Amino acid sequence: MTNAETQEAKRADAGGSPFSGVNVEEKLFQNRYRVDVGRPHIRIRESAVCEDCDFKSCTICCPAGCWRLESGKIELVTDGCLECGTCRIVCDQKNVDWNYPRGGFGILFKFG
Amino acid sequence: MTEELKAAGSVSAKLPAERFDVIVVGAGPAGNAAAYTLAKSGLSVLQLERGEYPGSKNVQGAILYSNALEKIIPDFRDSAPLERHIVEQRFWLLDERSSLTSANYRSEEFNKPPYNRYTIIRARFDKWFSQKVQEAGALLICETTVTGLLRDNAGRVIGVSTERENGDIYADVVILADGVNSLVPSRAGLRPEIRTCDMALAVKEVLFLPKETIEQRFNISGSEGSVTEIAGGITHGMLGTAFIYTNKDSLAIGIGCILEGMKKQRVTPSELLEGLKNHPMVKPLIAGSEMKEYSAHMIPEGGYKTLPELYGDGWVIVGDSAGFVNAVHREGSNLAMTTGRIAAETIAALKAAGKPMSAANLAAYKESLDASFVMADMKKYQDMPDLLTNHPQYLGSYPSFISGALHDFLTVDGKSKAEKQHQIFQGLRQQRSLWGMLGDAYKFWRTFK
Repeated sequence: MTNAETQEAKRADAGGSPFSGVNVEEKLFQNRYRVDVGRPHIRIRESAVCEDCDFKSCTICCPAGCWRLESGKIELVTDGCLECGTCRIVCDQKNVDWNYPRGGFGILFKFG
Repeated sequence: MTEELKAAGSVSAKLPAERFDVIVVGAGPAGNAAAYTLAKSGLSVLQLERGEYPGSKNVQGAILYSNALEKIIPDFRDSAPLERHIVEQRFWLLDERSSLTSANYRSEEFNKPPYNRYTIIRARFDKWFSQKVQEAGALLICETTVTGLLRDNAGRVIGVSTERENGDIYADVVILADGVNSLVPSRAGLRPEIRTCDMALAVKEVLFLPKETIEQRFNISGSEGSVTEIAGGITHGMLGTAFIYTNKDSLAIGIGCILEGMKKQRVTPSELLEGLKNHPMVKPLIAGSEMKEYSAHMIPEGGYKTLPELYGDGWVIVGDSAGFVNAVHREGSNLAMTTGRIAAETIAALKAAGKPMSAANLAAYKESLDASFVMADMKKYQDMPDLLTNHPQYLGSYPSFISGALHDFLTVDGKSKAEKQHQIFQGLRQQRSLWGMLGDAYKFWRTFK
């Protein structure tokens, strides 16, 4: 078990939050996006660095659930990104290559 | 202005080849305040915005503080899309699951125009503000992401590069108003990266309800509105606050915490928001509403000590990009507008005097800020982030003590009042020693005074 998985298990054992099962995708469904297909604006610099990362804070802090832990590996899907920049700040390894989407693409807030 | 420039809003359009007096990066409150002030002073202004329209990338609670905008557009109330004027402020302590302790302040004085604070919907407000900027004569180009700064051999900033074809544009000075996730100045080495202990992440939902339902539930009518600011166990002991703002026919509900806390406690932002929405004191207020948008935004809360250099040869930095946020008073957009305006006034004065946009001359921007409420407030609370980070009891054990004490005191169970008081005091002593409490009170007073 990696450190992140151990922490995840501890979180579940402790009862976690009663809302740990909340479905973020359902929330994102209400948002408007213009996805720049094939040109994700966030990239992982070195996937090996993510595998060795003890904390995987991106999987906790991303408000859109773009960063997921799938059988020990980090999966990044940027389609639902809210462009807050959190993953760039919380990555201790500076392994997140974060750029703004091309002009006009990405999230389009109706209310903001 | 040529037709070509007017059509520049579409991605394929060419960028203007001319040189501008000023380039403003970003069309949020800081960028708009700056661009408006500059255009009104007769300078040639190019404003670049990466969104489809100004506001499409911007997120705030949102409360508009009239004073900052009045200084830029005195008659803004005649045309700005305002939701409700605030007549009541509620300060809530919510524990994690069940109780509420509150202090409300409501006054008929807040019902007398000109109103001091309004709720706004940023996507609509920013569009309006931008319209004013364009009417003042600034050229706005949307859907254009600035990728870097251009410098001459001496290192002076002389323009910006964009992602567009032949995307370099030149100006005498660049105003960096690119917001909290401030990539351009960070990459140019003009500001250090913000640490997770100095940055909050807030998540928000916009919940629609009939106007009458909102008015009934929040005890307001007409264009009256209320603000609810929430602290306590609802943030799982992390440094943070939550809010509920009333718009005309929607509620903005959100919660934000310092990222360092989220990292350590491994609580996700959406769990925090669900915890808030499902709290028994909140749930009835939002029951039956329709969620129409979910958003997130970072807030730079490090305060005065984390402010970067504010100017240099050919550039100034304003608003969230610089970290102008008063976390204690939940102010940011007013500081953005004020720093944007003051930067613009500095630049306009230099231009009028025929002086170059050198660091030595732009130092007048910081001098003006130092003489304004902006720096006075930033300095006043400069020790607050450290105090709260190093002493989590202010937002952890004290709020939970207050709700516990009130619970015990208000439960009639056959115990004598003297016994109850003793129990409550002992309960407090168990959490913190008497000297500890006195020290906490002193430190808190020192930081606030």
